Amino acid sequence: MSTTTPEPAQETPAPVDPTAANILPADLQDERLIGQTGVSGAVRVFLSRLRSGDLGALPVAIGLIIIWIIFQSLNPAFLSSRNLVNLTLQSAAIGTIAIGIVLVLLLGEIDLSVGSVSGLAASIVGVSFVKSGWPLVVAILAGLAVGAIIGISYGLIFTRFGVPSFVITLAGLLGFLGLQLKVLGETGSINIPFESSLTQFAQQSFLPDVVAYVLALLVVAAYAVSRLRANSRRAAAGLSVTPVGAIAVRAAFLAVILLVPVFVLNKDRGVSVMFLVFLGLVVIMDFAIRRTRWGRSVMAVGGNVEAARRAGINVRRIYVSVFALCSTFAALGGIFAMARLSSVGQSSGGGDTNLNAIAAAVIGGTSLFGGRGSAYSALLGILVLQSISNGLNLINLQSPELYMITGAVLLLAVTVDAVSRRSRAAHGRA
Amino acid sequence: MTATTSPPPAPTKTAVLSLHGISKRFGAVQALSGVDFDVSSHEVVALVGDNGAGKSTLVKAIAGVYQPDEGTMEFDGKPATVHSPAEAQKLGIATVFQDLALCDNLDVVANLFLGRELYNAGSLDEVTMEKESWRLLRQLSARIPSVRIPVASLSGGQRQTVAIARSLLGDPKVVMLDEPTAALGVAQTAEVLNLVERLRENGHGVILISHNMSDVMAVADRVTVLRLGRNNGTFDVSQTNAQEIIAAITGATTNAVSERASRREQSEEQQ
Repeated sequence: MSTTTPEPAQETPAPVDPTAANILPADLQDERLIGQTGVSGAVRVFLSRLRSGDLGALPVAIGLIIIWIIFQSLNPAFLSSRNLVNLTLQSAAIGTIAIGIVLVLLLGEIDLSVGSVSGLAASIVGVSFVKSGWPLVVAILAGLAVGAIIGISYGLIFTRFGVPSFVITLAGLLGFLGLQLKVLGETGSINIPFESSLTQFAQQSFLPDVVAYVLALLVVAAYAVSRLRANSRRAAAGLSVTPVGAIAVRAAFLAVILLVPVFVLNKDRGVSVMFLVFLGLVVIMDFAIRRTRWGRSVMAVGGNVEAARRAGINVRRIYVSVFALCSTFAALGGIFAMARLSSVGQSSGGGDTNLNAIAAAVIGGTSLFGGRGSAYSALLGILVLQSISNGLNLINLQSPELYMITGAVLLLAVTVDAVSRRSRAAHGRA
Repeated sequence: MTATTSPPPAPTKTAVLSLHGISKRFGAVQALSGVDFDVSSHEVVALVGDNGAGKSTLVKAIAGVYQPDEGTMEFDGKPATVHSPAEAQKLGIATVFQDLALCDNLDVVANLFLGRELYNAGSLDEVTMEKESWRLLRQLSARIPSVRIPVASLSGGQRQTVAIARSLLGDPKVVMLDEPTAALGVAQTAEVLNLVERLRENGHGVILISHNMSDVMAVADRVTVLRLGRNNGTFDVSQTNAQEIIAAITGATTNAVSERASRREQSEEQQ
């Protein structure tokens, strides 16, 4: 409050009022904040966020439920345990590629070559493992290294020469498809032995029922403990805290969305280890994006490159690291896909791999405009896409319908993104 | 011409930052030619000049955004070069740019600590950063409803406050403010000027770029005038007046501003 300038009377009460300062936490003292306390307050805050276009994962979650209801009513086998286990197996590979796409989209860039890179990496692993007899681990590391090198090259071309990422990766799409054909050689396809640990990992590895339940409960417990710890640290720092009731509700919600799927999956083969690896990568990348300096820098570059540069962030390194991660995730996804099909061929990583990975990230709620999104987009988006593809298969509809419906869903998702972006701007949440 | 009558800077103070003979060309445009500039600790130096006089270019050269073509820079008595904003920051030069350079998609805390986030047990220490944010904003008597809302939802004055608060985080020796009060209301302008004085009391060197003569006269110790990319005099504020500075800015004792002033004086006398 200024002491040098007289102020109108209605402006004078407020933040420096000592009684208010003693009662309210430091972050709730501004009298213009519309106080929202308790459960009803939390609901009101949630609704006002939705109205202003801060939709988060809500549209895609609702979309997923609608899709599941539709397919379940068309074919009761859709939500059967057996089919849902298949769904998780089908989702892991492209979902992993989509994590990388989320990262480049957060920067406001794009990588169109993830399909080719995934195919190339899979070919390299397949050829070196089966034909050259390399140890599996070495072969996989070679495939991932190729992915990383490709990404680093994209990043360097982008930052040194300023070529748009769209064009660099379009060139990569063609170039690495050619390289993939060269690596595969005359036969054009390689079968991975069924008894190899790679195939076993992708097709036959499932968590024992008990382990899956314990893991789910541990995640819930870890969430609750971390929130309570954050609360006590905030209280010690004189900041507002989340009500314990709200934490309990969220933990209970988390328990439901973890334990119910585990229960359903356990009735069939169980939780696929490959899918669990994909989930683990999503959680790790979410942590990296939200809770590390690197992730904060990625969001800053995606929001305002010049501001990030002036804040002392090494913008070039951020671009290079993100392109490198994206291509490495693409390589890993390609290896997952090869393991699941126990073969790699000229069409690996071709067809709709590329666009499905990009569509998954966008459908999951990551903005194409940069600076807004979450690693969980990859998970939600791929579940939507694979549910559509899987469901259409069950009702005996094939590629024509699949392509058309996927295209429509993608268009819908991008429209939701663009409209909510405008709404955020109007409500001051851009 | 009154521009060269300025007294030399007080010899007792040692310059914390001094530039000699700075020149910068952009293609055919000589934006700066042989500019000298210095600021000491415990001192507020205003940098003034008309549009296109080279203020922003000089600011960006000090901040490491541009590299000058010629000239030397000394920081704390030692020769220094800054090739990037990060280097300038590390050296102890904080800059609040006119366009604020905030990330709209990030919240206030994230913007304040951008590029120097605090860590605790392997992840960002949001609690300490939020607490520190409130401390900084209180120090500015800032009126910001929440530090957990995206900067996009703040008003122009609130954004300026965030930008200034951010410059103070690294405990810089020199703080450079580019038109800090241009977008502020009356109370907030006064607060920023108070803050400028507080920075001086704390031993910072403050460079204030401003078009607002009353702000300059209110807080600056010295005024350095740029005109057409050259030095056009340095004035001790206690021994000069706004007319003299305006004359140096425009390059003539009779100019649009003084003519207007004398016209008004005459009309008042007639009444």
